Amino acid sequence: MFLEIKDLSVKIENKNILDKLNLNIDKGEVHAIMGPNGCGKSTLANVLAGKEDYEILNGSINFKDNDLFDLNIEERAQEGMFLAFQYPVEIPGVNITPFLHSAINSKRKRMNEEEIDNLSFAKLLKSKASDLGINIDMLKRSVNTGFSGGEKKRYEILQMSILNPDLAILDETDSGLDIDALKIVTEGVNKLKTKDNSFLIITHYQKLLDYIKPDYVHVMVNGSIVRSGGSEIAAEIEKDGFQKFQQ
Amino acid sequence: MNSDTLNTLDTYSKNKYKYGFVTEIDNEKPKKGLNEDTIKFISSKKNEPEWMLEWRLKAYSKWKKMKEPKWANLSFPEIDYQDIYYYSAPKGFEKKPKDLSEVDPKLIETYNKLGIPLEEQKVLAGVAVDVVFDSVSVATTYKGELEKLGIIFCSIGEAIQKHPDLIKKYLGSVIPPGDHAFSALNSAVFTDGSFVYIPEGVKCPMELSTYFRINAENTGQFERTLIIADKGSYVSYLEGCTAPKRDDNQLHAANVELIALEDAEIKYSTVQNWYPGDEDGKGGIYNFVTKRGLCAGKNSKISWTQVETGSAITWKYPSCILKGDNSIGEFYSVAITNNFQQADTGTKMTHIGKNTKSKIISKGISLGKSQNTYRGEVSFLKKADKARNYTQCDSLLVGNQCGAHTVPYIESKNNTAVIEHEASTSKINEDQLYYCRQRGLSHEEAVSLIVNGFCKQVLQELPMEFAVEAQKLVSISLEGSVG
Ligand SMILES: Nc1ncnc2c1ncn2[C@@H]1O[C@H](COP(=O)(O)OP(=O)(O)OP(=O)(O)O)[C@@H](O)[C@H]1O
Ligand SMILES: [Mg+2]
Repeated sequence: MFLEIKDLSVKIENKNILDKLNLNIDKGEVHAIMGPNGCGKSTLANVLAGKEDYEILNGSINFKDNDLFDLNIEERAQEGMFLAFQYPVEIPGVNITPFLHSAINSKRKRMNEEEIDNLSFAKLLKSKASDLGINIDMLKRSVNTGFSGGEKKRYEILQMSILNPDLAILDETDSGLDIDALKIVTEGVNKLKTKDNSFLIITHYQKLLDYIKPDYVHVMVNGSIVRSGGSEIAAEIEKDGFQKFQQ
Repeated sequence: MNSDTLNTLDTYSKNKYKYGFVTEIDNEKPKKGLNEDTIKFISSKKNEPEWMLEWRLKAYSKWKKMKEPKWANLSFPEIDYQDIYYYSAPKGFEKKPKDLSEVDPKLIETYNKLGIPLEEQKVLAGVAVDVVFDSVSVATTYKGELEKLGIIFCSIGEAIQKHPDLIKKYLGSVIPPGDHAFSALNSAVFTDGSFVYIPEGVKCPMELSTYFRINAENTGQFERTLIIADKGSYVSYLEGCTAPKRDDNQLHAANVELIALEDAEIKYSTVQNWYPGDEDGKGGIYNFVTKRGLCAGKNSKISWTQVETGSAITWKYPSCILKGDNSIGEFYSVAITNNFQQADTGTKMTHIGKNTKSKIISKGISLGKSQNTYRGEVSFLKKADKARNYTQCDSLLVGNQCGAHTVPYIESKNNTAVIEHEASTSKINEDQLYYCRQRGLSHEEAVSLIVNGFCKQVLQELPMEFAVEAQKLVSISLEGSVG
C-alpha cells in the first residue's frame, strides 16, 4: 500500500479532532474527501504533512514503506508529499524563484539525483507558469505576498507541478477560484496525474469533481470516515447535505 | 600579465621587504601598553611628519582625561588599555600558519561556504603567501584608471606623506579627537585605513573597496578612514572584509569620516563579520566604531549601509550631519546577533540645513542568548526648516532567550519638521517555517530564507556582488542556532 492510515486519533489543545480514522490510498488513485466545516479535514492534511502542533493519540501512518512518524516535515516533503494549503501564508521578501529552486534541489538531493542549475530551473518555472496562466511578473514577487485568494491557489498548483509529488494533498484548492481558473488548475492537476502518483483532494463542491474524476469519495464526519464510495456520493451530498451522514 | 602588473608585483615584494622583516627596527617586538612612547613609536614607524605626531599626542592627552561612554546597552569587563598591543607589524608574523592545514578547519569551512577561492583564503587566514597575482593585478589596473581621473585612493599613511594639505584640512574635522574616549584613542594610535579624494565633478567609475588593499597591506585594529567627495562628485565605497577575519586582538576602535561637498554623494557600505566569539561567548572582538559623515554642501548626500553579523560587542552609530540645505542622509542597517553577542547600533541624524531629509531603515535579528539594540537619535536644529525624517525599525526574534530593544530619541527645535516613525518586533513566524519546510527546505534553510526576506529592504541597497555575499553571510551567521 502506498499510503495507509490506521485507526488514527489526534488531538490538539485538549480537543480530540481525528477519531480512529482509516484511509488507504494506492498508487495512481485519486481520492476525494468531503465533510462539514470543522470535521477535521485540514487537520488530517496537516498531520500527514507533519505539522508539529498535534498530539497523536493512537494509530499509524505508512507512506511508501516508511513509518511516517519517523520523518519530519521536510523529509516527508522530500519523499514526495505535497500539501496545497487551504490558506497559503505570505512570506515577505522571499522570491518564488530561489525559494522553489532550493525546494526542488533539496528533494533531488534526498533522491540522489543531480541538482538542477539556475538556468534550467528558470526555464522550467516559466513554462509551468505559462501553462497555468500565471503572469511572469508574478514570479518576481515575494511568495504569496499581496496575492488575491485565487492567485494564491494558483501559485500552490504551480509549486505542485514543479515539485511533481508522489502524493499531492489539495486542501480546498478550488475555493476562491473563478470558473476559468478552476478549469486551468484542474487541467494542471490532470496533466500531472500518472499511474505512479496519487491525489487526496479535499473539497466542499461537486463541481471540482466534474473536472478531476476521483476513484473514491469519502465522507468525513467528526474526525472519522463514515462512508466511502464513488462519485455518486458527491452528488448525494450536493443534494442532501451531510445531515444523513451525521447520525 | 602586462608589464604594469609586473612592476607592481616588484614594488609589492620590495615593500614587504621594507616593512616587514629585515631592518633592525622592524624586527623589534612592539611593547604592550599605551603611553607617549607607544605613540612616538607608531609615528616613527610610519615615518610621519612632526605635525602628525603632535596631533596624535594631543589626542592622547585628551584621552587620558576621558572615560568610555557607558550609555549603551552592553555589558563587558573593564578594558585594560595597558594590556593591548598598539602596533602590530605584518600581522601575526611569527604565528602565521604555514599552509591551510594549520588553519582552524571551521574557518576554512566558512570560506568555502562563501565561495572564496583558495588563494584568497590563504591571504585571509594570514597564511604567508608571497604574491597574490589576481588581486594585485586587479588593484593595479584600477589604480591606473583612477589616477587618470585624479582620484586619490591610498592608505591613510601614504596620504599623510603625500597629501598633507588635505589631511590637515579634513582629518578630525567631522570626528574631533576629543569627541569621546574611543575617538581620542583612535586619533592617538591609528595605524592604518584608507584615504579617498574624488575631485570636483568626477563620478568614480567603480566601487572602491578596501578589500584589494587588505590583500596587499595589513590593516590594524585602529583603522582610520577619510573620504572626501568634492563638489558634484560621486563615490561608492565598500568596507572590509566580506570574509571573516580572525584576530587575536580584543579591541577595535575604528574612525571613519566622510565629507560631501556641494552636490556630492557618498555611498558607504560595510559588511562586518569579525570574530563573534564561540558558542559559549568566549573570545570575540569588541568593536567600538565611530562613523560620521558631514553633508557639508548644498544638495549633498551620504548613505550608510551596514550588515553587522560579527563581533562579540558592536558599538556603532554611523551618523550624518546634514549641514547643507537640501542635503540627504540615509542609514540602512541589518544587525544579526547570535549566541552571546551584543550589539548596540543605530544612527544619529542631525538636521541643520533647510529641507534636509533623512531616512533610517533598521532590521535587527536576535538569536540564541544575544541582545540586539537599535539606538537612534534624530534631531532638528533651529534653522532646519521643513526637514523630514522617516524611521523604520523592525526586530525579529528567533527563539525565546534573546532580546531586542529599540531606543529612538527625537529632538526638535523647529516646528516645521516632519517625523515619521514605525517600529515592529516579531517572533519568527511558525506558519512561514512550516510552509517552507513542507516544500522540502530544512529548518535551517527556512529560517535563513525568512530572515533574508526580512532584511531585503536593506540588502538591496548594497552593490550587487556585495549583496550576494551578504546574503550568504546572513545564512552563515544563523547557523547552529535553530532547531
Ligand atoms: N490550533 C487549534 N487549536 C484548537 N482547535 C483547533 C486548532 N486547529 C484546529 N482546531 C479545531 O479542530 C477542528 C477541525 O479543524 P479543521 O481545520 O481540521 O477543519 P476542516 O474540516 O478543515 O474545516 P473547514 O471545512 O472549515 O476547512 C475545528 O473545530 C477547529 O476549530
Ligand atoms: Mg479546512
